[in-house]
Amino acid sequence: MFDAQQTPRKLPNRPGVGYKPQHYADLIQDPGTVGWLEIHAENYMGDGGRPIAQLRQLSERFPISVHGVGLSIGGEGALDADHLARLKHLVDWLNPTVFSEHLAWSTHDGAFLNDLLPLPYTDATLQRVCDHINQLQDTINRQMMLENPSSYLAFDESTWSEPDFLREVAKRTGCGLLLDVNNVFVSATNLDYDPRAYIADYPLDMVGEIHLGGHDEDEDDHGKPLLIDSHGAPIVDPVWALLDHTLSLSGPKPILIEWDTDVPGWPILHDEALRADAALAKLTTGVAA
Amino acid sequence: MNVSQNEFRGAIFDGGRARPEGLSDAKGQPAGRRFDVYRNNVAVSLTEALATGFPTIAKLIGSENFNAIAGVFLRQSPPSSPMMMHYGEDFPDFLAGFEPLAHLGYLADVARLEMAMRRSYHAADAEAVNPEALAAHPPERLTELVMTFAPSVKLLRSPWPIHAIWAFNMQDGPKPEAGGQDVIILRPEYDPVPHALAPGAYEFITALTAGGTLGAAAAVATDEVAEFDLSATLGLLLTGNALISIDLPS
Repeated sequence: MFDAQQTPRKLPNRPGVGYKPQHYADLIQDPGTVGWLEIHAENYMGDGGRPIAQLRQLSERFPISVHGVGLSIGGEGALDADHLARLKHLVDWLNPTVFSEHLAWSTHDGAFLNDLLPLPYTDATLQRVCDHINQLQDTINRQMMLENPSSYLAFDESTWSEPDFLREVAKRTGCGLLLDVNNVFVSATNLDYDPRAYIADYPLDMVGEIHLGGHDEDEDDHGKPLLIDSHGAPIVDPVWALLDHTLSLSGPKPILIEWDTDVPGWPILHDEALRADAALAKLTTGVAA
Repeated sequence: MNVSQNEFRGAIFDGGRARPEGLSDAKGQPAGRRFDVYRNNVAVSLTEALATGFPTIAKLIGSENFNAIAGVFLRQSPPSSPMMMHYGEDFPDFLAGFEPLAHLGYLADVARLEMAMRRSYHAADAEAVNPEALAAHPPERLTELVMTFAPSVKLLRSPWPIHAIWAFNMQDGPKPEAGGQDVIILRPEYDPVPHALAPGAYEFITALTAGGTLGAAAAVATDEVAEFDLSATLGLLLTGNALISIDLPS
């Protein structure tokens, strides 16, 4: 049984990057300002070979955050028992510093859709998400962090605001939260609300990690901006500004740079990490954001 | 209006189906093409996963054809688990039965080769025997030896020149010539390498993996082709780190 009284381990309040194999040699040679790495759990569930060997090497050098992208915590059906067992196996041998997953669903009726699909914020969803998080935390015997999604649309049936929903999940399950600042910016633009109001409502004391990434710009049927979370572009200035605002309220946090498609060379990714480092440095030197 | 995940999934995979009601923009207007972000994400991410897993197939038929075929396949056979490294296990069979590609009979077996390379890449690590391990046994008892293969070793047989087709497209190899090929995939360290096998070697390796002795396996191979080259085949297996044990049965 997961013991909520146990003090969870913490990532350093430094920049981290989402690990891509093409950056392995650069990271081993000189990680620069990068203080920790995040991996997608599902990419390291093979029996062996290079992915596992590299992960073993990296885990000797860096704190590792395991980020699941396929558990379907919000799924209407039961969690996939085989997948839970694979997550437990990975967490057991790797002993990562933290584990996180998404407020989303991706599997229905045996089919995995390889995307983070949205949930209505209702009492029924709340109960289901809490049940699934309890099951996961009991299985891996540690706390997880739950990440806020990018939203492109709203469910008419929703009765909870997203920050209230996440706070209630954390309260009921003892899980931590992962705040994706780019997702807040994307959702706020798409659903026409103030991202700073969202941050003001978000339980920042429960946040153990911040995500930053790039997005694409599109339009809806009415010519209104429709931002799409792509993790395939540089982080835009308004998102950096929202990070500064968030940090001014939350204090320093571990900050991850996510870049998953059209992955750039190491120097460009490292420049993004340097910018996150500067945002953290502003806090300690007291320079206003 | 509540939206079930069943309805959501159905509308994602069927672009001709109406988008679910009960999904809106900030003003309460129907979500419209906002829903299509999910349709697009799912189709594009699964198509990219297939293109990454079957690069030779994509090259053989061109990326436009590949994407169109992937679009049919992913709706018929979405991933059955979040282990995307396994996605496409049934793609070769799909290609074999896909009528518009019936004139390219070799495609399914080339896809089987690519799937086998992916399985080899993710297979469990195992320490290979030293290439001198064979010589450590008394020469008069060599025929009695039994061998265990590394989990990364994969064996394929095709009526098509699948190794030559792969090499021509991926390694600047010479133009393939007609005729079937047997292929073994070896993973000396972390990168799987396919090798075309000489006549008899497929039968030899099959007999060994079934637990047969070296003598029995060599006899099966020589029955198949008199000129079976035992030492070249053993050399390939030993230098390719294919064997993890060579023992006299106790």
